[in-house]
Amino acid sequence: MNFDSLLWVLLLGSLLGLELIGKVPPTLHTPLMSGANAISGITMLAALTAIIKAETNSPLLIIGSISLGFALFNVVGGFFVTDRMLAMFSRKPTKKNK
Amino acid sequence: MNLPDIIKFVIDLIAVLLLALGIKGLSKVRSAREANILAAFAMLLSVVGLLAYYLGTSGIPIQSWAWIIIGSLVGSLLGTLLAKKVPMTSMPETVALFNGFGGMSSLLVAVGAFLFPFNEGAKAGSIEPFINDISISVSIFVGAITFSGSIVAMAKLQGWLSTPGWTQVKARHFVNIAFGATSLLAFIYLISGNISSIWLLVIASSLLGIGVTLPIGGADMPVVISLLNSYSGIAAAAAGFVVDSQLLIVAGAMVGAAGLILTQVMCKGMNRSLVSVLFGGSLSAQSTKSSGSGEYTNITSCSVEECALTLEAANRVIVVPGYGLAVAQAQHTLREVTKKLEQNGIEVVYAIHPVAGRMPGHMNVLLAEADVPYEQLKEMDIVNPEFPATDVVLVLGANDVVNPQAKNDKSSPLYGMPVLDVQEARTVFVIKRGMSAGYSGIKNDLFDLPNTSMVFGDAKKVLSELIGELKDLGVGEK
Repeated sequence: MNFDSLLWVLLLGSLLGLELIGKVPPTLHTPLMSGANAISGITMLAALTAIIKAETNSPLLIIGSISLGFALFNVVGGFFVTDRMLAMFSRKPTKKNK
Repeated sequence: MNLPDIIKFVIDLIAVLLLALGIKGLSKVRSAREANILAAFAMLLSVVGLLAYYLGTSGIPIQSWAWIIIGSLVGSLLGTLLAKKVPMTSMPETVALFNGFGGMSSLLVAVGAFLFPFNEGAKAGSIEPFINDISISVSIFVGAITFSGSIVAMAKLQGWLSTPGWTQVKARHFVNIAFGATSLLAFIYLISGNISSIWLLVIASSLLGIGVTLPIGGADMPVVISLLNSYSGIAAAAAGFVVDSQLLIVAGAMVGAAGLILTQVMCKGMNRSLVSVLFGGSLSAQSTKSSGSGEYTNITSCSVEECALTLEAANRVIVVPGYGLAVAQAQHTLREVTKKLEQNGIEVVYAIHPVAGRMPGHMNVLLAEADVPYEQLKEMDIVNPEFPATDVVLVLGANDVVNPQAKNDKSSPLYGMPVLDVQEARTVFVIKRGMSAGYSGIKNDLFDLPNTSMVFGDAKKVLSELIGELKDLGVGEK
């Protein structure tokens, strides 16, 4: 893809992000931050690409693998920890909504 | 476009859609848990899509599989382990650590792509080398700041690092500007073809991350973590330019933008601007210069027994939790106390200041863990008018968020920060270990007020003693 289309993607993605969370109850600030943080581990795709395209280049394989490890630490840990927090909220279903 | 391209394109579109729905759903209590699972599924889908694409086109060599499996196993296992083991009270530093590792991942990918260009676009020159180098530099710069900043933030929240006085000197701005300028210089060298300047860029931007985060006081840490979270999204988007992936760019941009909004929300809660959080230094350092502080003159302390007697006679009690509650791990003991009070027909609510604890929502998470019903947690704007009609306020490990100075004393560094008007209640009990100042390091005028009594001791210990006293009084026996 050429550079200017990628810039459009960046722009529209940012606008989407700004729109997505207009109002958040304070209860959800930490889980939301943690969940969004897990999503930022999407760099795992870049790490995967690097490993796949490295062919026999050992340094790149190793850098890619470490990068993948860091990213997956972020993604998997992030989603689990978010789920742990949210599980505590849903254990008692809320009847009244503020 | 041939078939694998089309399939990958469709999968990526679905993944972006699901991620967007996930973030959206995470901002609503009802849907949050499902939304988190949805987002996790979208991430898995994107990986499957990527692997399938390469299997269907160039194929994935065996040694790549080996390194993929090693990297993902180690990362996922350690991440899972930490996520399952960490106590709820350490949530903020855990998020900071995860965040830092995400930044590190972007940094490493960019370094790899620079030293060993693997992207066809960059190799063949369809992406201009210049633009490729800019993307790599941004990814390294932001990734390094995210990593080093998050690690410093984590260390400060864990108490491994304090905020020493020398970090507050004005000269720090020049040092940071020097780090920034060095990064810029390294970047210019890098695009003009000097390969080894990449290490200068890595080091200078890491130092910048440390230099900016280190002087920030603990009270402002949540804002910093949220901002760093936004950065890690930007780093991911920059990595997306490096490997030519729209999915990475969209997801990174969404996280970056959403993180900025959240940061803004938090700044508003403290009535501080982002600029003053980032460059103002810690509040305590300012307060030593201001004349607003001074000695306490009128401290009343009382025993747990007195506290229990007053509570028994109350009709309405508001609990104000703070970081001290988290540190003492006293949320379950607190819940036992309030259960007893409720059994006696006493109305109990919890007043949640937007920045109580070390992270917005920290108190909600903590109290939810102790099974406090969600509807008993009240936000500041809703609960503030209720204080005059309240008999007893229990302040548990909160300090700055109940300091009336923020309303009354224009010379105070806290002035203008929205606070809970606990002094309007009939009686205020402050459970506190000693007379030390709060995280901002500022004297709390509340403690001097005639209707305030201090109950000295560790929150958990005082609360369990309180349970005993309430039992003796027959509270909650019915």
